[in-house]
Amino acid sequence: MRENREFICVTCPVGCTIEAVIEGQELIELKGNACRRGIAFVREEISNPRRMLTTTVQVDGGALPLLPVHSNEPLPKHLLLAAAAALRRVRVTAPVTVGQVIVHDLLGTGVDMQASRPVPAKQATD
Amino acid sequence: MADNKRTFDVIIVGAGVVGSLCARELARYQLDILLLDKCSDVGEGTTKANTAIVHAGYDAKPGSLKATLNVAGNALYDEVCAELDVDFDRCGTYVVGLADGDESTLQALLARGLENGVPALEIISGEEMRRREPALTSDARAALYAPSGGLVDPFQLCYAAAENAVANGVELRLNTEVTGLWRNDERIVGVLTPAGPIRGRYVVIAAGLWADTLMHQAGLDSFAIRPRKGEYFVMDKAAADVVRNVLFPCPTSVSKGILVTRTIHGNVMLGPNAVEQDDKCDLSTSQAGLNEVMEGALKLVPGLDSRHVIRTFAGLRAGGNTGDFYIDAPRSTPGLVVLAGIESPGLTAAPSIARYVTALLGESGLCLEPRPAFSPIRHGIPRFSELDDAEREALIAQDPRWGRIICRCEMVSEAEIVAACHAPVPARTYDALKRRVRVGSGRCQGGFDQPYVIDIMARELGVSPLEITKKGRRSQMVVRRTKELRA
Amino acid sequence: MKQLQCDVLVIGAGPAGLAAAYEARRTGAANVVIVERNDEAGGILPQCIHNGFGVRALGADLTGPEYAYRWIDRARKEGVGILSRTMVLGLEAQRAVVANPREGLVDIMPRAVVLCMGCRERPRGALAIPGERPAGVYTAGTAQRLVNMEGYMPGSRYVILGSGDIGMIMARRLTLEGAEVAEMAEILPYVSGLRRNLVQCIRDFDIPLSLCTTVTNVYGRDRVEAVELSTVDERWRPVPGSQRRVPCDTLLLSVGLIPENELSRVAGVAIDPVTGGPFVDERFATSVPGIFAAGNVVHVYDLVDDVTESALAAGRSAARHAMGLDGGPRSEIELAAGDNVRHVVPHRLDPGSLEQGEVLLHLRVRRPIEAATRIEVWADDHRLLSRRLRYVRPAEMVTIALQEQHRAMLEGARRLTIHAQEA
Repeated sequence: MRENREFICVTCPVGCTIEAVIEGQELIELKGNACRRGIAFVREEISNPRRMLTTTVQVDGGALPLLPVHSNEPLPKHLLLAAAAALRRVRVTAPVTVGQVIVHDLLGTGVDMQASRPVPAKQATD
Repeated sequence: MADNKRTFDVIIVGAGVVGSLCARELARYQLDILLLDKCSDVGEGTTKANTAIVHAGYDAKPGSLKATLNVAGNALYDEVCAELDVDFDRCGTYVVGLADGDESTLQALLARGLENGVPALEIISGEEMRRREPALTSDARAALYAPSGGLVDPFQLCYAAAENAVANGVELRLNTEVTGLWRNDERIVGVLTPAGPIRGRYVVIAAGLWADTLMHQAGLDSFAIRPRKGEYFVMDKAAADVVRNVLFPCPTSVSKGILVTRTIHGNVMLGPNAVEQDDKCDLSTSQAGLNEVMEGALKLVPGLDSRHVIRTFAGLRAGGNTGDFYIDAPRSTPGLVVLAGIESPGLTAAPSIARYVTALLGESGLCLEPRPAFSPIRHGIPRFSELDDAEREALIAQDPRWGRIICRCEMVSEAEIVAACHAPVPARTYDALKRRVRVGSGRCQGGFDQPYVIDIMARELGVSPLEITKKGRRSQMVVRRTKELRA
Repeated sequence: MKQLQCDVLVIGAGPAGLAAAYEARRTGAANVVIVERNDEAGGILPQCIHNGFGVRALGADLTGPEYAYRWIDRARKEGVGILSRTMVLGLEAQRAVVANPREGLVDIMPRAVVLCMGCRERPRGALAIPGERPAGVYTAGTAQRLVNMEGYMPGSRYVILGSGDIGMIMARRLTLEGAEVAEMAEILPYVSGLRRNLVQCIRDFDIPLSLCTTVTNVYGRDRVEAVELSTVDERWRPVPGSQRRVPCDTLLLSVGLIPENELSRVAGVAIDPVTGGPFVDERFATSVPGIFAAGNVVHVYDLVDDVTESALAAGRSAARHAMGLDGGPRSEIELAAGDNVRHVVPHRLDPGSLEQGEVLLHLRVRRPIEAATRIEVWADDHRLLSRRLRYVRPAEMVTIALQEQHRAMLEGARRLTIHAQEA
């Protein structure tokens, strides 16, 4: 059964409002997207919505207590809260470099969490 | 703590500006003095939330205690503030006449002031007033100029007095509520607290809003405190270009009116209104009250830009039902001295109230033998923001924490925060710190400094950041660690 | 006092300062120093752990910290010196006195200065929200810092006032860290931040969002216990009878950013009361010769990419000034905000500069138009150019590029006026 649905694309900061005609998990037609990425977004949104995850993990022996991390790819949207909860229990030891993989294959999704910044080891003088 | 064994000579109930100055005054003598307050800091009652004006003394009825102690107290301010290292600016104050009957009101104030012994009062023309205050409304037709009026930081005066008292041997106990008077027949023998009774030969009630509860226990049933709320706006220092002076409107029967005034720290303050209420703990502001204050302020200075507002707050006046201060050693209860209804001009009168109370105690039989080691001098923590370059360099060389600025709006260094946490009357909460070193008092109202201050205070007080509160009791700033979820 | 000579002094090591310093070096300034009052460089970015940064400037969708560190590396590689924990105490065109814990006071003598102090958040007090004054009222940025850097949660159950990006980002962040966001209230009839954030921060987490709603009271003596929400009319006045009490222990405010120009005032820089930032020309020069300004200190940008772009231009200008290369004659025209435009930056422009490259005009509209809109640039009575946009919103800055081909019509004009009208 066809229905009209409105989406706001989150691929880039513009946030195009896209009006789409969908049938179940299939995209029939759409308008309002400023670029092609909007098509891929809506297709995914109706079949397997995914989102990037950014959060922090705890650091041992670092100049800072927390390390910001980001997923290298979007995760299934329905797993975000569980993923964030799992990452709450993760600890990494300093020093940490940008891009370092902190968690590999998070919750079996194939997605890695990487460090968003360097964290040097804590100095005695800090 | 062997409270039941030790008997103090004097127990002062309430460490506001009046109680603290009384403690300091009594510390001149060889006495064991205990200063108590139910709050987590000194001066957490009316002392920390008022207009901060040292009044010239033309308002009060001639012959009243308010009048006598206002003028006497005003005269003591230079000396007391110099001794205690407290900011005081005898800049003069103005009452501005705007409406038809106001000129004769100003004349009446002038006459009353003369009778009260206020020095150098004069009426100036609207034109002259506008020359001194260019942003003043063109409706201003005349003004009463009182050169002896001024500005002070009331909380600073309170804790400086408390610190000086402590340095001279007074014992200070905070978080100690006096729940009752301990009497033997009629005679006072001490006070009752949740932690147990404390013996004292004399008790001074300087308990502000809560004076009446204790007074009723002493059989003084007819006295009642009538809390009267005053709401305020504080404006950014950038607004200080607009207002140069301390401006009162003509007074009403309930209050001295809604002022527009610069403050001793360089801000601008608007307020207060005057609304009676029953609740002694309700310090909330209201839309209606704030609107009333802004309207009143705009009458004096129409060009006020509300975009410069950085804060609003309210205070409660401990108004009494007799119209005057009640300061007495009631014969019905030997050993008791009561101060009650200390509303405006209580702040101005405070230094002379302290002497008055001391005299009352002496008349009641307290032996006033001078303490040779007493020193009236107290030094506060230097303010990085007010020092010159040479002083700043010297301090940073001594202690690098002077060179790390934590509150950038007010330019407060880490060293000042550390010093306040270890001072004779230390800061134990964020608000206590703010009142001492001005973190969070500026444009950003703590937005940038709070995370750093929580960290530093936790470190200096030796507690977890989770235990740092805004104002004691259950006012935690942060509730848990990000990564720890309580079940 | 220690002394330090340099060609360009940049104040603030956030994205604007880093880019300005980098470009100043690349333009040829020999000695470029950034002073930063915080413990580390990056400005506000280290606490902005979400992504969305750098899509245009670097061709990559980065988190805030990643973006910061890319620019810290670039600046370092170009030989920029960064003095952190260093606070500017006093500023003139060719002198700055700074304080540092290890160095004490340092007297810096630059040939040019770039102001990059960023902005601050509007606090509760500035809105005069009535009620009690308990612990638990925070601006969203302060909460973000506590949650992401110190590692503490300000509370357990939140009401967020303001649907700006910071508020929406924090709604998601707090939810991910196990807190409850009870409601978000926005006084306008539309969300004021990016629409993508409405999806990925609010709708994704089923957070209730109430438009035309504001906080009219705060309850709680020691700690927040509840807030009162009211709906408002089109003049933002609370509607009587619409009041409702929402239990919570924290009120988060995301109600506006204010350019931080205290130092600019100290240095005598003329400030535009509409933007809250310095009057600038197309070189990002302020009213004081030798002092330039870039980034959120000029006016608040939506995207860090635009901050970077303007800061590169300012850094270039500052270096040229330090090298004595910008003394040539200028003939300036004034830019004015016309119909439905709130402000335009830069405020002045020398059409001759278009010879070197395009000049970007950044503007914000006063009222949203959710339909085809024409942005028109008029040089006195001549229409210079017209651009069609699908919509305009105050929360989304509009950029118009002036190019070489416009120069002829600009020369001789007294004023450029920009309008934003329904097409």
